[in-house]
Amino acid sequence: MGMTLAEKILARASGKDRVAAGEFVVAKVDLAMTHDIFAHQVFDHLVDAGITEVFDQEHTVIVMDHLVPPSTTAAAEQHKRIRDHVASFGIENFYEAGGGICHQLLPERGHVWPGMLVVGTDSHTTTHGALGAASTGIGTSEMSYALATGTLWFRVPETIRFDLEGTLGEGVAWKDVVLWIAGKFGTDVAQYRSIEFAGPSAAQVSVSSRLTICNMAVEMGAKFGMFAPDEVTAQYLAGLEDSGVVEGWEKRYAEKLVEADPDASYLAVHKVPLSEIGPQVALPHQVDNVVPVADAVGTVIQQAFIGSCTNGRLEDLAAAAAVLKGRQVHPRVRLIVAPASRWVFQEALRQGIIQTLADAGASVLPAGCGPCFGGHGGLMAAGERCIGTHNRNFVGRMGSAMAEIFLASPETVAASAIAGHIADPRELAAATTPAASQQGTREEDIVYATSHQG
Amino acid sequence: MSTQPAIKGKTWCFGDGISTDLLSPGQYAVDSLEVRKMHTLESVDPGFATGVQLGDVVVAGRDFGCGSSRETAPENLKELGVACVVADSFSRLFLRNAVAIGLPVLPCPGVSDAFSTGSDIEVDLATGDVHNLGSGTVLHGEPLPESMRRILNAGGMLAVLKSDGLRALA
Repeated sequence: MGMTLAEKILARASGKDRVAAGEFVVAKVDLAMTHDIFAHQVFDHLVDAGITEVFDQEHTVIVMDHLVPPSTTAAAEQHKRIRDHVASFGIENFYEAGGGICHQLLPERGHVWPGMLVVGTDSHTTTHGALGAASTGIGTSEMSYALATGTLWFRVPETIRFDLEGTLGEGVAWKDVVLWIAGKFGTDVAQYRSIEFAGPSAAQVSVSSRLTICNMAVEMGAKFGMFAPDEVTAQYLAGLEDSGVVEGWEKRYAEKLVEADPDASYLAVHKVPLSEIGPQVALPHQVDNVVPVADAVGTVIQQAFIGSCTNGRLEDLAAAAAVLKGRQVHPRVRLIVAPASRWVFQEALRQGIIQTLADAGASVLPAGCGPCFGGHGGLMAAGERCIGTHNRNFVGRMGSAMAEIFLASPETVAASAIAGHIADPRELAAATTPAASQQGTREEDIVYATSHQG
Repeated sequence: MSTQPAIKGKTWCFGDGISTDLLSPGQYAVDSLEVRKMHTLESVDPGFATGVQLGDVVVAGRDFGCGSSRETAPENLKELGVACVVADSFSRLFLRNAVAIGLPVLPCPGVSDAFSTGSDIEVDLATGDVHNLGSGTVLHGEPLPESMRRILNAGGMLAVLKSDGLRALA
């Protein structure tokens, strides 16, 4: 019996010829990342245990991204503690506040390579499967252990494969595809499991969109979400060398490269018919509460958010700008844009994307995680609604527990910001006439009941 | 491994999809443990943090702890005195973090239908047996693999780091 991508990587990292799903292994970690919500605790634990150096300087990355710029005095004190630890441990790969979101910086700055085993103190660490890494979130205690020893225990996961087939329609984004998958298969379809996104149309998916899709794999419970490395991956990594970010990309690309065996065993293989998928919206308060946008059109919103480690990349800002160009955000809507990194911001500036967004009425935040994790920079009051490009719509995620969050693509969020209510980007022309923005709103008659009332 | 006595306590019951945003809301991320733990589950039960007693047991539905990697989610429960969480199913990260900080957890499909808040429960982590002492119902959960229970019994990953590491698992 052959092995899946997850099995191949965990076998290599644990020094075994082969492993099988269900087996427990102790594996060597290839890359470890922690950020400003947890880094101080991780290093406090290390100090407490008498550890004075990390397992591997080259493969330890610390990112200030959640509390940037510091939203409170306590946040500023926390950052100061982290900088003290960074100095005393001599951490080389340290990204200061404003550099960007960890899940943008790891692939953007050349830290992630195919076949790596990556851990991070953030659930969305699954993002890096976009480059063919086995990448997953862990907690702070486990990160302390991993930084001290370079190892961690893993249960080898079963794998589910989603085969992408056909072609995406006009106005439909890859975010819509991953929302559609979550809606159809549920938030625990991949609990404790690995997902491989494959099929004949995988080659159509850019690295940026692969990052979006793998980012959302954790919303289906997945331990890993991966695209097998291919020509798209190779071109992206070669591009990092062209822009002076890395050296010797070909050697690093091949170093840990693996592919799934043709006779690998999958728990399930599901077809994803791309041409049948239109814009999708996840309604409050579960990521799998997904409907075609038509079923949500007219729902009045007060806030629209474009950003996050899911959809704050250049491709996403460009898609939103294409919708917003020459149009105005609805006067009762706050449109908040947070580029995923300073590089994304600079490129978007250079390409005129930021100008377009600002002209339309967007407020542009520094690169960071603020609104998405409910920290700062876009919290909501009771009864308010936000449509955003981020990844979670849980109760209390963005401020009041009585606020409602809808998840969608950058195109749909931009169209909704213009209309003042949830709108189909494909029908934007109709939605932006004054008459249409008054009609069809259903502020009072939609109740998105919570399933959390125990 | 050592055998541990069964956990006995009163239940606090919750539904499906109890997320880390409910267990440890993001706006209190930088607050002290003493402040942060008092906001645990406040959006679904404002009386939980003040009412929960040492040794109580949380019973919940599917996908308990879904969402973030924040270890503060199981930590808040542990620091409030919760002895164990029994749920129909757990999110991977919550399960892993609970073990890593030494909070006992037991996946037990059907448990959310068998209890209401304030029931008397007995949980045997080694066998997976969950007993409703009021109704007499006995359910059979899925005990954690021995390698995970060894970390739990050691008191979590930091205790393992300070002792002999994971060599015993390799």
